[in-house]
Amino acid sequence: MTQLVWNGLFVGSFYALVALGYSMVYGIIKLLNFAHGDLYMLGAFVGFAILGAVGGVSPSMALPLLLVVLLATMVVTGLAGVALERIAYRPLRRAPRLSLLITAVGASFALEYGMRAVAGADPQVYPVRLGGTAMEVLGARLTLQQLVLMGVAVVLMIALNLLVTRTREGRAMRAIALDPRTSALMGINVNSVISRTFFVGSALAGAAGVMAGAYYGKIDFMMGFLIGLKAFTAAVIGGIGNIPGTMLGGLLLGLLESFGTYWLGGEWRDVFAFGVLILFLTVRPTGLLGERVTERV
Amino acid sequence: MLEIHGLDVHYDGVHALRGLSLTVAKGEIVALLGNNGAGKTTTLAAASGLVRPSAGKIVFDGKDITREKPHKITASGLVHVPEGRKIFSTLTVHENLQLGGYLIRDQAEIRRRIERVYELLPRLAERRGQHGGTLSGGEQQMLAIGRALVTGPSLLLLDEPSMGLAPLVVASVMELIAGINADGTSVLLVEQNATVALKIANRGYVIENGECVLDGPAAELREDARVVEAYLGGVRRNGGT
Repeated sequence: MTQLVWNGLFVGSFYALVALGYSMVYGIIKLLNFAHGDLYMLGAFVGFAILGAVGGVSPSMALPLLLVVLLATMVVTGLAGVALERIAYRPLRRAPRLSLLITAVGASFALEYGMRAVAGADPQVYPVRLGGTAMEVLGARLTLQQLVLMGVAVVLMIALNLLVTRTREGRAMRAIALDPRTSALMGINVNSVISRTFFVGSALAGAAGVMAGAYYGKIDFMMGFLIGLKAFTAAVIGGIGNIPGTMLGGLLLGLLESFGTYWLGGEWRDVFAFGVLILFLTVRPTGLLGERVTERV
Repeated sequence: MLEIHGLDVHYDGVHALRGLSLTVAKGEIVALLGNNGAGKTTTLAAASGLVRPSAGKIVFDGKDITREKPHKITASGLVHVPEGRKIFSTLTVHENLQLGGYLIRDQAEIRRRIERVYELLPRLAERRGQHGGTLSGGEQQMLAIGRALVTGPSLLLLDEPSMGLAPLVVASVMELIAGINADGTSVLLVEQNATVALKIANRGYVIENGECVLDGPAAELREDARVVEAYLGGVRRNGGT
């Protein structure tokens, strides 16, 4: 039982990290960025490349090295997200929503098959595996590496939430999400705030990619596809565009999958996740914490 | 301080402004009057950079701002309070005011300016933690103006601040505008409610179909037969008489 909870929270924190970028981008320009999962994949490969360039390290240094690589990768995927917005999405800012959506699907394919052309179609084995002995906590087996990875995920989520709720930059993001024209009248450079939003969201996805690579040990060019859809599901469960809701949605989806798999069997995991997606889209499309708009006009 | 020369604006296939010219001198309140669709809102939107003119020139403080971006125009001291207040509805009153101070780097200065707005408009202070969207129409208008004051404008563009408000509330909004002007801020005031606008304005322009058809001192416009007939006549208008 505790094991199921722990597994669910662990996987859920990955989902949440990826879902946050999804949710932020949707919040600010109302775009479902289908290429977001591929930035996660890009993150895994960038981390792979950096680790390969550094060469072998002793197991005791693996964890600190991984954290440094994580930061470097976040910068790279963040910039990739900025470039993606600048090249693929900004020219379509005033175009119909559907054009933007199709462009996002196109961008997703471009990233996937671009990576396939560069790195090949075969899965790569991550050079750093965080070994570690499992310990027993409240009847659940968990490893130090799991704890560290989850700790990193939690720190990133808290930092993001503070950024959005407490800072000038976060206020500007929320203002643009509500009304970009009026935001410009406040003196906000709307385009650069949108760029920085893509940077932050893509950096989080990149971080999750490196973490997934180091944890599961294997990466391939299609690894972002499924997690992109899962992140979308998580965002919808919590309330897309809502930061705390998205984190909650990620953790809930992880838990749902963990318990669903236990009761129904592993082959039902994705069916379970997307069944929940359909359920939410039908019954409660604003998600658990979706904005209740209180407005008097 | 603001000079608009021969401004033409086309958008969505509409020729919204046709060679419009107007000026606002330092310290003035200038009223821009006209019916719905005359081009009043477009004039303000062009001045604040929200729409691109197809011809003409806009000069603010001696600088050509015709093709400048909105956030840069705001930074130069021309602050536009748009039609319909445009409060950020799910942000708190306080956060709305903080956004007015977006360009100010000195946090203490932002706090000072917000405190000044709270002193001027105590209702906003009472509601500082409430979502902007839950305020009444009059309070939202006060918040929109207060937000612009935090930005620190030398010229304030106001688009129909009386819209949808009860006569008593309109009076207090106009009093607020007159007070802001007395403190040294120039004002370009767009209004359908010509009566209240001409009471506080120094000069006025009347526009029809994107062209200026009449201009002069407010006292003269109040007496002008054409204005009286078209805008001050017996027809009851939104929020005024």
